[in-house]
Amino acid sequence: MDMNLSLTSSSIAAPTQSRSYWHVVARQLRHEPVAIASAFVLFLIVMAAVFAPWIAPADPFKASMLKRLLPIGSSGFWLGTDELGRDMMTRLMYGGRLSLVMGVVPVFAAFFIGTSIGLFAGYVGGRINMVIMRVLDVFYAFPSVLLAVAISGALGPGMSNSLIALTLVFVPQVVRVAESVTTQVRQLDYIEAARLSGASAFSIIRFHVLGNVLGPVFVYATGLLSVSMILASGLSFLGLGVKPPEPEWGLMLNTLRSAIYSNPWVAALPGALIFITSIAFNLLADGIRSAMDIRR
Amino acid sequence: MKTLATETLKTPMTTDFDPQDRGGPAQPLLVVNNLKKHFPVRGGFFAREKKFVHAVDGVSFAVAKGKTLGIVGESGCGKSTTARLIARLMAPDSGSMVFDGDGVAEYGGMALKEYRRNLQMVFQDSFASLNPRMTIVDTIAYGPQVHGMEAEKAMTEARELLSRVGLEPDQFASRYPHELSGGQRQRVNIARALAFHPRMVILDEAVAALDKSVQAQVLNLLQELKAENQLTYIFISHDLHVVHYISDEVMVMYLGQVVEQGPVEKIYSSAAHPYTRALLSAVPSMDPAHRTQHSPLSGDPPNPINPASGCRFCDRCEFTQDVCKSTTPSLKLVQGESEHVVACHMNDQHSGYTRQGAMR
Amino acid sequence: MNKPLVSLKDLTVQFTGNRKAKALNQVSFELAQGEVLGLLGESGSGKSVTLRTLMRLHPERTTSIGGSIQVAGQDVLGLKGSALDQYRGAVASMVFQEPGLAFDPVYTIGQQMVEAIRAHEGVDVKTAFTRSLQMLERVQIPQARRRLDSYPHELSGGMRQRAMIAMSLVCRPQLLLADEPTTALDATVQIQILLLLRELQKETGMSVIFVTHDIGAAVEVADRIAVMYAGRIVEMGDVAQVVKQAQHPYTQGLLASTVKASDKGKVLMAVPGSPPNLANLPAGCSFAPRCSHATEKCRQDIPQTVLTGDSSLSCWNPVRMWQDVS
Repeated sequence: MDMNLSLTSSSIAAPTQSRSYWHVVARQLRHEPVAIASAFVLFLIVMAAVFAPWIAPADPFKASMLKRLLPIGSSGFWLGTDELGRDMMTRLMYGGRLSLVMGVVPVFAAFFIGTSIGLFAGYVGGRINMVIMRVLDVFYAFPSVLLAVAISGALGPGMSNSLIALTLVFVPQVVRVAESVTTQVRQLDYIEAARLSGASAFSIIRFHVLGNVLGPVFVYATGLLSVSMILASGLSFLGLGVKPPEPEWGLMLNTLRSAIYSNPWVAALPGALIFITSIAFNLLADGIRSAMDIRR
Repeated sequence: MKTLATETLKTPMTTDFDPQDRGGPAQPLLVVNNLKKHFPVRGGFFAREKKFVHAVDGVSFAVAKGKTLGIVGESGCGKSTTARLIARLMAPDSGSMVFDGDGVAEYGGMALKEYRRNLQMVFQDSFASLNPRMTIVDTIAYGPQVHGMEAEKAMTEARELLSRVGLEPDQFASRYPHELSGGQRQRVNIARALAFHPRMVILDEAVAALDKSVQAQVLNLLQELKAENQLTYIFISHDLHVVHYISDEVMVMYLGQVVEQGPVEKIYSSAAHPYTRALLSAVPSMDPAHRTQHSPLSGDPPNPINPASGCRFCDRCEFTQDVCKSTTPSLKLVQGESEHVVACHMNDQHSGYTRQGAMR
Repeated sequence: MNKPLVSLKDLTVQFTGNRKAKALNQVSFELAQGEVLGLLGESGSGKSVTLRTLMRLHPERTTSIGGSIQVAGQDVLGLKGSALDQYRGAVASMVFQEPGLAFDPVYTIGQQMVEAIRAHEGVDVKTAFTRSLQMLERVQIPQARRRLDSYPHELSGGMRQRAMIAMSLVCRPQLLLADEPTTALDATVQIQILLLLRELQKETGMSVIFVTHDIGAAVEVADRIAVMYAGRIVEMGDVAQVVKQAQHPYTQGLLASTVKASDKGKVLMAVPGSPPNLANLPAGCSFAPRCSHATEKCRQDIPQTVLTGDSSLSCWNPVRMWQDVS
């Protein structure tokens, strides 16, 4: 007599929507109004930056000593002009391109490099893990700003050098998270079950470990975006990143320093944008983290 | 050490030649010889003496084809470590294993990957055993694909297996583990183990975490599957009732060693080792008119760190004598029996144990 | 009959937070002074929720509680602030399933017990310490004096559970709530703890509510057993009566699916299906989808609870019919 079969599970309804993991995450994101708002703001900023050559009102390099430091709301220059008479709105839009690149690229690079190293170290364990982690600890021990400045200073000014410097600053942090999660996941029973299936280490990492590690690391990395933006701007402010006359928010903050008493609103604009973009990244990261919690 | 009883179970009589069966019916499916595994205890940088946890200390047994060997014991006895050693999830410090006549992971023996197809395991924690980000049908299909099956065929078989363990594929296949109940997840784990068409399945406390009503369903399922697929089981549990129900032979472990082994009815009706007797009488009574009045043992099961010489049970045993403290007893046949062995000086006439005060 | 120590009437508990569920549904029972009640059930039955509600452990914001609870003359659901603090520990006390989690790992056992005593009674440290030592010896912990200065992680599982029992009794409560105290322990340790609880109960005369999923454990300590399913009590009665003459199909199924020696070689009588989803209970009797006795009425109407003295039964179609006492 078959008493085992036909579990009448009226308790759990059969799934009707797409079950792929990322579809589920996207669906759950809809319940995060803050994240959606942040994403929208970021979208505007990115679009403004990308389409700057077409929609910017003026030439970012055209200076005019007669028109310097015009206040916000001046005719023709809605956001005022900087200390060399260049239109602020244009410079901010163009500046977004460089600032965003300098903020986003190092994080992506660190994400890929760091996850690979962390996965390897976590899975292998033992002495090799210890060696890798202790070497990275040396970098981790420095405050990130100091480290960024030091590496950037050693490499010399210029955008690509700052990108390298920032990547190097973030890699140890990402490795730390990736290694820690990998070590935890590795001990779970389903990894043992995968080993029992006779799969190679590569297959296990690819199918079982990676998926469960990417989540937390991705969340951590998106949190780094805001930090990266600020560090990048900081480097440019210190003269180690983008060089004048290129527009970049951090650099603009530097050059507008002298205007802070005569025209504080204009001087604060680049800072405001750095702030808004950074917060938007942060809130979006929080929202994604919530949505990625698969149990909701 | 032991002869194979040829009694028949309620298995369907099969006269087909099973191409996987290399050794023939009389060859035990698995023979384990003197397995040892010691884990170092971190004593700190300045510790002078290195301490070891003697998790498994000289375990030997054989499992006959088509039978179920039950392993019982409490925390610290080493049954889970033994399971992992048999499954080769960790390498033993010493000892050997022979699977159907072939040495395992030895020169000239069976390769590890091939061994993995023959032996699978179901774990206690049904949730931790499943990748939370893979649908259950993907999880089941993963194993066969590792061994070369094409994806489509693996999926079809996975769905069939789901149906066989009582989970309707259309409803369950694309679910994630957290959307299933404990009993359903354990069925998935069983289906995953079966996807390899193994010959032996180790069930490490596989039903312990389930509700009693669900436990009975899963036990029934296990018995059906065993008969259908001519499986051999090693069933590890601390629940003596369940072990009695499902096993043909029982092995009792204490602190990393086997203290008694024999046919299930013999162990349950005339256990020879004081620990086994204590374990059997520690089961709560089901009759309110005859409640348990005395606890058979006092204190907790100890930790097997650097155990002293002699019988490991002697400080909790009520029959202990000097010889117990000095000499470790070895497994010997119980007097008058052919398949029942016990490691106790009381059983051994030449051990120096004086007969006065012996059990019986 | 004396006034009962504990009286639950129509207790209903609903969780409204992230996970919505109707955890308890019109649960009613009474417990006399010195009586031991075993709450038997599986996951989702509501047995742990009942205990936690008795101790007011649920977060107020996301829990909606209806009905009434009276313990030692106090209205438990209405207690607030320091009255509630006094109630916990001195009137009702709880023993948890995982002894390792119930202790604070950074304080010694002695420090925690002394803190508990001094929170309820205004005695000095020395007196509190002596009482703690006596309590530890009473629960048969060897080398009790040394254990007082030990940290929880230095004790083995069985010792920790004894220490937790000692801590819960140190303020001499009238009601002890035990939430699966032996589930996580080995068999030989479990029987020691069960016997200990029985002894302590006889000695102090306190009432005990013992929650478990193991019928054997309930039989060893309880005078009465209440079987819970999906947030309701489906059957309650004297322990011998429930175990030997179960009337509710679920109780019968539970007893039958507990593996016994006589089952060997046979197919086990399993209750088909799984426990229901508490966020989505079926109309009518919650057990009907799994019940082999279910009729149309069972699927439509929630069964009434029939009280007979100390016993109760909540079933339209029980296994054995009661004799009509009308």
